[in-house]
Amino acid sequence: MAKVTIDGIEIEVEDGTTILQAARKIGGKVVPPAMCYYGPLKGSGGKCRVCLVKVTQGSAKDTRPMPKLVASCITQVQDGMVVENTTNEEVLNARKGIVEMLLINHPLDCPICDQAGECNLQDLSYEHGVSAQRFEEERRTFNKVDLGPYIQLHMTRCILCYRCVYTADQITEKRVHGVLGRGDAAEIGTYIENVIDNDFSGNVIDVCPVGALTDKTWRFKNRVWFTKPMDAHRDCPTCSGKVTLWTRGEEVLRVTARKDQYNEVEEFICNTCRFDKKEVSDWTIEGPRHIDRHSVISANHYELPVVNVPIVPNLPTSTKKNLPQE
Amino acid sequence: MGLKILTEHINVPGIETLEVYRKHGGYKSVEKAVKTMSPEEVVEEVKTSGLRGRGGAGFPTGMKWSFLAKPEGIPRYLVCNADESEPGTFKDRWFMEKNPHALIEGMITSSYALGANTSYIYIRGELLFVLRILEKAIAEAYAAGLLGKNILGSGYDLDLHVAPGGGAYICGEETALLESLEGKRGNPRNKPPFPAVKGLFQSPTVVNNVETISSVPWIVNNGGAEYAKIGIGRSTGTKLISASGNINNPGVYEIELGVPVEEFIYSDQYCGGIWKGKQLKAVVPGGSSVPILPANLILKTAAGEDRLMSYESLSDGGFVSGSMLGSGAFIVFDEDQCIVRNTWNYARFYHHESCGQCSPCREGTGWMEKVLHRIEYGHGHQQDIDLLVSVAKQIEGNTICPLGDAAAWPVAAAIRHFRHEFEWHINNPKEATAPGAVYRGQPETVTA
Repeated sequence: MAKVTIDGIEIEVEDGTTILQAARKIGGKVVPPAMCYYGPLKGSGGKCRVCLVKVTQGSAKDTRPMPKLVASCITQVQDGMVVENTTNEEVLNARKGIVEMLLINHPLDCPICDQAGECNLQDLSYEHGVSAQRFEEERRTFNKVDLGPYIQLHMTRCILCYRCVYTADQITEKRVHGVLGRGDAAEIGTYIENVIDNDFSGNVIDVCPVGALTDKTWRFKNRVWFTKPMDAHRDCPTCSGKVTLWTRGEEVLRVTARKDQYNEVEEFICNTCRFDKKEVSDWTIEGPRHIDRHSVISANHYELPVVNVPIVPNLPTSTKKNLPQE
Repeated sequence: MGLKILTEHINVPGIETLEVYRKHGGYKSVEKAVKTMSPEEVVEEVKTSGLRGRGGAGFPTGMKWSFLAKPEGIPRYLVCNADESEPGTFKDRWFMEKNPHALIEGMITSSYALGANTSYIYIRGELLFVLRILEKAIAEAYAAGLLGKNILGSGYDLDLHVAPGGGAYICGEETALLESLEGKRGNPRNKPPFPAVKGLFQSPTVVNNVETISSVPWIVNNGGAEYAKIGIGRSTGTKLISASGNINNPGVYEIELGVPVEEFIYSDQYCGGIWKGKQLKAVVPGGSSVPILPANLILKTAAGEDRLMSYESLSDGGFVSGSMLGSGAFIVFDEDQCIVRNTWNYARFYHHESCGQCSPCREGTGWMEKVLHRIEYGHGHQQDIDLLVSVAKQIEGNTICPLGDAAAWPVAAAIRHFRHEFEWHINNPKEATAPGAVYRGQPETVTA
């Protein structure tokens, strides 16, 4: 067991736990954001750099601070480690810089994006980004690609978190997509024009933190915040059959896996459940699903009284100061 | 000229053949090491020698070797990093091309010291002709019983393979190199675990530069203490310097560390002075990723002492008024060179070579290049300079591997020392974009 202090809160966790996992055990504001790390996927993390934290004391034995900011999702805790996340100016500034980097080539087409409302990048930029834009060059763009009958790839929105690559590697038998090219020309793609065709391919949509991989049976049908999430299950021969139905009235608009507050799926589901079972009669409804996230969905949650829930909860007060001086 | 360790016999005709190489004392260290020394003794000699990594970071080699984990039943690997692709660096290519057996001898001796039974030379994909030279030399060594099973009757086995890369700069980063060697996409790994614990094929691995490994035979033959006498302070031994730019005699020079920079630039046995008798403007002393220094700061440190060609002296003053020895690519600029154009050129290189794995480097390198391109072609704004500084700062230290730092440092340093020149470009776009136009003012003065 290792004792670790994050933002002044002490917690005891098992050896080998990462800083991010320890912070999630504490919960609340001390949890660093994560765009590429995904608990159920082995080897993910370390790429997006938004979870950088400052380690001011390496361990009880070696009390020196770590020289650089470290990625909390892949750094394991040591006994006596002291970590600063939101209490450290350097961390907040670095994070602000990284959010800016993630957004410079992002189209910011949230008004027409299906992910809007449950998008990790959207939440992240509200919380940590700046409201002004310093990038004046042309953005990188890609054409939309069809990856078979169910999935559409909109590479322009991608932040190259590699989650979909790990998903295909770890829960399906054959991966046909991967990262092609390098630098800011790197893209998710199939080589050459191929179809992602297997029983679990739909899960890449669930793990995508942005709107790069979208469900074609749901595209442009509705906005996330108008739909009601309901827990439901069915007897499925290929997967657990435990899903969340996103309904409006009597209509099932979308089926996804059940996700926790960090957007991580509890159990991966199969394509039949996800794409083909779109009738209420296909499912046994368990009841409403509580979405415990500070995204816009929970702002309109029918379980809670709708009274001035702040859409932008923790906007740093210093945001305005970063506007360029004209 | 000073003592020659690596290049003593380099110009002997036929030195690339085993016969001539052995005639000039080649493979003595292999015999000495495998027959009379234990692996620990070899490591100890290298530790005593104070040899530091010649690839750029300058980490003490002996210490790196002693960090190698030695679990039972798991193989260990030595990998030679011959993926030399830093702009301005060409020493390893030249050395391997001329004297392939020197590297192979170093590989055998070093592998013996580390207890590796399989070793790899990862060579840059563009250097296919060098790969062929090395393979020919390796075949000769196998035939002579210097490689393979039971080397020289000592009972030590070693297989040496040469693997070409695909031509990506990022594969010169050690963990990306290992990924590439395993046949995967050359993305740097997250550290820890370090290669010394989990490297190639998840086994303990040491990755060393060509020049580092080639220095080991001399250390084994003559003793680490003898090697430590060469050079100055903690910068021991000799170093190959790839001198290029506006100098009279560009080329590879082997210097004893500690030669004054002024002597290196102006002496006839080295660079031979600035081309056409022009004035020195700036020097990049260690390859494109280290900070550029203006003439006054490269010749003297901020404290007024003579700057020497050594790890410590070149980095004297930190990044405020110093730089780094890096991989030893000494790039000289005369008064007619435009720093803005040069910085843009470097930024363009890093933009092209970023692997695209982590966000600050992927997006930031492209951003810096675009802004520098704008300034160079007369479309810059006044706030662009501060923007560049801020983007460089956002990248530096926040990336998985050092490529992000390497992209940020030259931009930040060029602005630190030549801000007037950037301002002149922005304020006088017409003059600045005229053919051959160069800012003639003085560089920024930096106080320590």
